[in-house]
Amino acid sequence: MKECNDYDLVNEPGHMERHYWEDLWRFRELFFVLALRDIAVRYKQTIIGVLWAVIRPFLTMVVFTVIFGRLAKLPSDGGTPYALLVFAALLPWTLFSNALSESSNSLIINSNLIGKVYFPRMIIPAASVVTAFIDFFISFIILIGMMIYYQFVPTWHILLLPCFIILALTASLGPGLWITALNVKYRDFRYIIPFVVQFGLYISPVGFSSQIVPDKWRLLYSLNPMVGVIDGFRWCILGGESLIYVPGFILSLAIITCFLWLGVYRFRKMEKTFADLI
Amino acid sequence: MSDIVIKAENLGKKYTIGHQAERAYNTNFREVLMRGMRSLWHKTKGFAKGEPVIQGDSMEEFWALKNVSFEIRQGEAMGIIGRNGAGKSTLLKVLSRITEPATGRVMIRGRVASLLEVGTGFHPELTGRENIFLNGTILGMTRGEIKRKFDEIVAFAEVSQFIDTPVKRYSSGMYVRLAFSVAAHLESEILIVDEVLAVGDIKFQRKCIGKMSDVSGQGRTVLFVSHNMGAVEQLCSSAILLIDGRISSRSKNVLSVIKDYVFVNDSNNFSCCWENPGTSEFDNDYFKPLRFFFSDKDGREISQMPIRNDHDIWINIVGEVKKMDPALYFGIGVFTETETFLFGSMFFDGHPNVWPEVKIGINTLKCRLPKHTLNEGVYKIEIHGGLLNKEFYFFPGTNNPKIFLEIKGGLSESPLWLEKRLGLFAPVLEWTN
Repeated sequence: MKECNDYDLVNEPGHMERHYWEDLWRFRELFFVLALRDIAVRYKQTIIGVLWAVIRPFLTMVVFTVIFGRLAKLPSDGGTPYALLVFAALLPWTLFSNALSESSNSLIINSNLIGKVYFPRMIIPAASVVTAFIDFFISFIILIGMMIYYQFVPTWHILLLPCFIILALTASLGPGLWITALNVKYRDFRYIIPFVVQFGLYISPVGFSSQIVPDKWRLLYSLNPMVGVIDGFRWCILGGESLIYVPGFILSLAIITCFLWLGVYRFRKMEKTFADLI
Repeated sequence: MSDIVIKAENLGKKYTIGHQAERAYNTNFREVLMRGMRSLWHKTKGFAKGEPVIQGDSMEEFWALKNVSFEIRQGEAMGIIGRNGAGKSTLLKVLSRITEPATGRVMIRGRVASLLEVGTGFHPELTGRENIFLNGTILGMTRGEIKRKFDEIVAFAEVSQFIDTPVKRYSSGMYVRLAFSVAAHLESEILIVDEVLAVGDIKFQRKCIGKMSDVSGQGRTVLFVSHNMGAVEQLCSSAILLIDGRISSRSKNVLSVIKDYVFVNDSNNFSCCWENPGTSEFDNDYFKPLRFFFSDKDGREISQMPIRNDHDIWINIVGEVKKMDPALYFGIGVFTETETFLFGSMFFDGHPNVWPEVKIGINTLKCRLPKHTLNEGVYKIEIHGGLLNKEFYFFPGTNNPKIFLEIKGGLSESPLWLEKRLGLFAPVLEWTN
């Protein structure tokens, strides 16, 4: 073992590299280049291009406002317009679901790279999340437009929004890493993700306020980590009327952290075999 | 410590492959259903244990590499040769850390750039410029490095006119040139290259080989896999031969390793006499080779190698002509041990008056290889032939009937010329005043 120290790189079975995180930093340019590639390619050869990032969440918002706000007459948080309530939740949800689907398919899509070059594999799912982030920024413009339309002035809470953006990304990256690694071995997960995303839209408080959930169930409801993230977004954007349910939020945080750790751990475990299995 | 930059110890790599059992055609629905259920049960069990999904009814373990150990010193250019499936690519994958070995370990000192494929990560929608940055970064260059070399890369690839065009509009030649060009400008201490020289047209291939020898000339370490024995001989200072995942020979003498390879490649029929095995392997509508051998001037078959070069050698083809065609021809091709095609000769080479007679049925044709033509060494002689300008039945360099000729001694009557000369041929030419 002592001999290994004389060498820069060692490749042997079950050998977790000591310099993994350092390596990840060394390859940061690859991260940017891959992210740039995904962004550059995303809306190539489409007619309305980047408008797709605006249209989809906007139409979803309209439909949810009509169904949950007008037809089902669910209450909003205080005097907040229902459309704003929906859109403030739709933003993190779209970010989360896009990031999750992009990252969980990322290894399969980039299989040609994995078989032919070495780099810390975590760069691929991490870079794929960036496109979701860009889409998020573009649809953020709609939110600003809506705020002007409703003449809604945000409070200082909005300054904390970046923290919750990071939280939403973290929430997707944890499961995303795990699933993309599993996807290499078992392609079943490719079919699971669209289902999970569709399902999650209804069990997360996107079309309605989480305050309508009875108090005794709220902690249980917060087992869905997106509940904490969405509540946080509403708290930032809509101000004082949308309250964060603190025990639930802490639970969501714990679950997100737990998933992130699990994702990274499982990913690292399987990483070395990707080239053989993909 | 020493100047060893790559050290492989006892490397092994195992794959599990699945075999599909042969199916009867008239299976009924119930059987299909049962098989589906069984397979589902096995896969679920595998999933619970974390095993990969392998399609098939029976599994087999397969060692792509076994007990591979070697050391490479700074500045060495090592060729890795072997037939398809011998484990060359797997070895390179382990060395470049793409995959993990099952046993043993490899230790590397310095920055490694591996080039297992031309144009890894090229995206068709992106322009040439964008792809240079993308591909360069993937291969491990920094942005600054690429910027510095950008003009050089474009010039080498000869695509400056189209640098802002999406590469999906490129011709395949341009695409490959651009891709190789990026890789050729990598600056790393160790360069691992897999078979990428087999791209582009002849002119560009030559340019690539030139670039590669520059690289090894700069004191950088190169590992090079190729089926092009000429390139290996030209570029490498040592070579290893892999057979079934094991190192069969390794030497500083590249030529001797290549010789081993060519011998092993033809181990089952490395001999100075060939006979049709009676299979349909060499069958076609017109001409079926039956025997292929050497003889001396009296027609006595030569069955012992090596032979001296101070007598003519006759190359005999015995074959059955099944159908006549004015375009039907056959003859021989002579190759060196590095698979260089030296020359070919067909029975119609001379004036039509001296052509041998070819008739329906069994023919024996002889070709005289004049004494003092070839140098000392081992030569491979193949039967070539087909319908002239229409079709090849025995295309040069493919699986043809072949015999081997080993020449030793008798190169000249000169007392000053006792051993092998430099150069491919060793003709004794006439000198006068």
